[in-house]
Amino acid sequence: MALRELNSLERFLGLKKPNKYSTQGGKKVPVLQNNNGPALIGLVTIASHLVHEAQRPELLGDSAEQRAVVQQWLEHRVTRLDNSSKEEVKVILKDLNQYLEDKVYLAGNDFTLADILMYYGIHHIVVELAVQEKERYLNITRWFDHIQHYPGVRHHLPPVVVLRNRVYPSGHH
Amino acid sequence: MKVYISDGNPHCIKVLAALELTGVKCDTEVVSHEERVVPHFTHPVLPVLLLPDGQHLFSPNSICQYLFDISSQNPTDATNQWLEWEATNLQPAVLQSLHMVALQGKHVEAAAVMKEPLNWLEQSLSRKNTPFLTTEAVSVADIVLWAALYPLLSDSGFDAGELRSVRGWFERVGGLKACQTAAHRVLQGKGVEALKTFLQKLPATQTQRRDSPTNANEAGDGEHVMTEEEIEEAAQVWSEGLKASPAVTERKHPILPQEGKRNVLLTSALPYVNNVPHLGNIIGCVLSADVFARYGRLRGWNLLYVCGTDEYGTATENKAREEGLTPQEICDKYHAVHAEIYQWFQIDFDFFGRTTTERQTEIAQDIFWRLHERGFLLEDTVEQLRCESCQRFLADRFVEGECPHCRYPEARGDQCDKCGRLINAVELRNPQCKVCKETPVIRSSKHLFLNLPKLEDELEQWLDKSTGSGDWTANARHIARSWLRDGLKPRCITRDLVWGTPVPRQEYKEKVFYVWFDAPIGYLSITANYTDQWEKWWKNPQQVELYNFMAKDNVPFHSVVFPCSLLGAQDNYTLVNHLVATEYLNYEDTKFSKSRGVGVFGDMAKDTGIPSDVWRFYLLYLRPEGQDSAFSWSDMALKNNSELLNNLGNFINRAGMFVSKFFDGRVPEMLLNEDDKRLIAQVRWELKQYIQLLDKVRIRDALKCILNISRHGNQYIQVNEPWKKIKGGDGDRQRAGTVTGVSVNVACLLSVVLEPYMPSVSQTIRQQLQAPPTCVSTMLQNTGTFICSLRAGHCIGTVSPLFQKLENEQIEVLRKRFGGQQTPSSSSAAVETKPRSGAAQDTDPERVKQLTALVAEQGNKVRVLKAQKAEKSVIEKEVVTLLDLKKQLSLAEGKNPEPAAQKGKKK
Repeated sequence: MALRELNSLERFLGLKKPNKYSTQGGKKVPVLQNNNGPALIGLVTIASHLVHEAQRPELLGDSAEQRAVVQQWLEHRVTRLDNSSKEEVKVILKDLNQYLEDKVYLAGNDFTLADILMYYGIHHIVVELAVQEKERYLNITRWFDHIQHYPGVRHHLPPVVVLRNRVYPSGHH
Repeated sequence: MKVYISDGNPHCIKVLAALELTGVKCDTEVVSHEERVVPHFTHPVLPVLLLPDGQHLFSPNSICQYLFDISSQNPTDATNQWLEWEATNLQPAVLQSLHMVALQGKHVEAAAVMKEPLNWLEQSLSRKNTPFLTTEAVSVADIVLWAALYPLLSDSGFDAGELRSVRGWFERVGGLKACQTAAHRVLQGKGVEALKTFLQKLPATQTQRRDSPTNANEAGDGEHVMTEEEIEEAAQVWSEGLKASPAVTERKHPILPQEGKRNVLLTSALPYVNNVPHLGNIIGCVLSADVFARYGRLRGWNLLYVCGTDEYGTATENKAREEGLTPQEICDKYHAVHAEIYQWFQIDFDFFGRTTTERQTEIAQDIFWRLHERGFLLEDTVEQLRCESCQRFLADRFVEGECPHCRYPEARGDQCDKCGRLINAVELRNPQCKVCKETPVIRSSKHLFLNLPKLEDELEQWLDKSTGSGDWTANARHIARSWLRDGLKPRCITRDLVWGTPVPRQEYKEKVFYVWFDAPIGYLSITANYTDQWEKWWKNPQQVELYNFMAKDNVPFHSVVFPCSLLGAQDNYTLVNHLVATEYLNYEDTKFSKSRGVGVFGDMAKDTGIPSDVWRFYLLYLRPEGQDSAFSWSDMALKNNSELLNNLGNFINRAGMFVSKFFDGRVPEMLLNEDDKRLIAQVRWELKQYIQLLDKVRIRDALKCILNISRHGNQYIQVNEPWKKIKGGDGDRQRAGTVTGVSVNVACLLSVVLEPYMPSVSQTIRQQLQAPPTCVSTMLQNTGTFICSLRAGHCIGTVSPLFQKLENEQIEVLRKRFGGQQTPSSSSAAVETKPRSGAAQDTDPERVKQLTALVAEQGNKVRVLKAQKAEKSVIEKEVVTLLDLKKQLSLAEGKNPEPAAQKGKKK
């Protein structure tokens, strides 16, 4: 799974030569074999490395503040979102929805690596949401739709249909 | 820029060390663990750094990285990798390990958890020749990893093993002044002790291994891997079948402790009489205790379950005034309401009593005198409001006035409903007597206090022993500990009231015992009203194990205050061994509120037309274990339709139907092959899990095991397709027979494990299968024995569906009705439910004919529209009408339309 993400990311970044990856341990943590140095381990680490390689540092944030915000959402993805139980997912969605209320992207107004990896990581959850739930997590749905239509991001994942009109009355219960 | 930290939070060590080391200027604010600094998070997260641009950094690692970044030490691949490893691998192990060390004293297990990550770190360090993780100099990676490991590695009781490189590096980083300062600030020299509060508040998901069996069950994808031996053993046990098993012992009252038996005394918190209990109250105490009581009886324990209404206090007096009755009449009236509700929920008390009895006075006064004689009572004068016109002191709720904190004009004497703060009645502005509206005056009044500080040492000793050996829920341990930690203060045990147990001293003859002192004694007096030999239960800690069930707000009284009364009375009382406390159940993201008409209250549940067993199932499915949960109508419908109807009910019904339809109602011969044995082993494993969990009062988790069993069963039927095989040759027919026979035996086991949760359904299943009554106790013996209790040739009875679908419309109506917009309507508004199949005896031939014609006509209409390629919405509308007509038709024919639809879907 993580390997397909990294492949898609490489294509998004326009890297010419695809890298060789393997995985480690029961959790299948991705490993990048590197000719000129030790192997790199971990999805976030490798993804950040690829961004540097492609000379797109703005995707990691162009100020110390931005860099930290991007970093913490990447960490959130691999620590909280991955391997979360059904109950936890509900809380994660609720919190993320709240967070995105006044934001275009995870790091505010700029598209970053955090959006890409969160999108990859949350896709399997959003696919399963009923229309009613998509409406409940309106901000996530809006952000998600935005990212999946961002040129070159979606690649290995099927598109999720987002309805433009609300089907259910908007009253929160 | 500002950083928010909390005391004894290990994550703060990282941040404080990074701050010290980089020298970044930043304000620090200490807040409580519960403070929600980051507004978008439901659960509090700390530490948090508020950035100059108003954004919050909530990840300690990102905060550290930021602090290094602005000090010109940019992240590198190497630091990124260590930080990621810390967050994904090390941190989960550290939290789990700390939890074991600090709260459970399991040092060996804690070290085992850390073994893998520490070895990895050792290997990485030993391969390098730099003093620090990434370079010659300290980086953010060193600080983060050191801080994560510090509480464990600095604990003398924690044995990390050899690890020479880790030790060297750990001391090198720890030698930095910044690190020492940070560690001291968070741990205050108390080591892991300082982290207790923090750790107790962590959600269980962060402190338990994801790969342990119970969690795997929750995640839904964790399949237990079976060994060959396990499978053979399971098949062996299964084929032994029912032997001369212990006869089912009838319950004979009075139940008394018996030598050589496990004697279990079970109480659930006494519900306050003048409130109709809501669903949260019901799941919090009586229902949870009932499941455990039923389970214990099936396990053959000698068990007594008592409960009753708590009837004294100001609230009763006020209510009586409102309704123009005497307090006694109010209690009589509402006691009956309670009893009826619990009966409807099938709460099987051995005795449901009340606190306003002679025995209560006797026992409470006896305990009082014993405390008095032993010098555990103090006398003091208290300033109180007195109403001169009513000629009495105004306790608690007899006075109202303006809240001194938030100025809410209708604050009560003990608490403000608006801001929630506790109030001392004399602090109220413009106080008013609730009865005559006169302004009261301040007078002093003499009161008696229980000298808790004098009992503190004894209590602590007892508490250590009880929590060490018994099954106390985490919240109960935590609340009891925090009360002790804050130090105990004397507590007033008397009140200026009429409605209560009288204080038996001349100078206190106008006063009664305060409810918190009096009410728990109700457990004893209620038992005394059940049997004269009550002391065999209550003064017999050698033979009796006591379980108390309650919601968390009741924990202080059961873990600290009441045990102190009993310890001080020095009469060999039975004290609580297992304290089982739930969190709160909310109602659709809000709170239950009687006054606003929000939520379902006990007396309304039966008016919903949803059977009591389904209510029990759903409430137990959501039982707030570990964290609050919320009742939701749509979720209830979902769980009913997906779990009860499509999973459990579907399996049991299919198994029974196959026996009836294909084998004339006789259980066929079973020749087990590997697949069958594997299923038997899987089911047996779930049964063992179920027993392990329920022994530890993990009621909600054990319910998941039941659902897993029927899931396995459904899958087994689905793969083996007996309905096809039955039409094949001899070999196939034999196969169909085996699968059917094994399935119907799994169904029989399900009826057994369901008994504590859904007693009526359990009973119905056994009736349908005509199962021998001994199968119940046999299968729940020891660690769980799954046997073939319905032998080949056994005749089963008539099989019919167990559950009904909850339709969306029905649920919407209920949601509206209990949503608080409209006043709760009377029982006449009960939703119409569909008649049970088999129950619709009177079929009307006229109506059937009429409907058949209508269905044909409507079917034609749809076909014509489709042929004309009419608009989709138009066709759909007609299809809906058609389906509705078909449904009406099958109902009129006496068939249940649901199971038919369901079967079609499964195949």
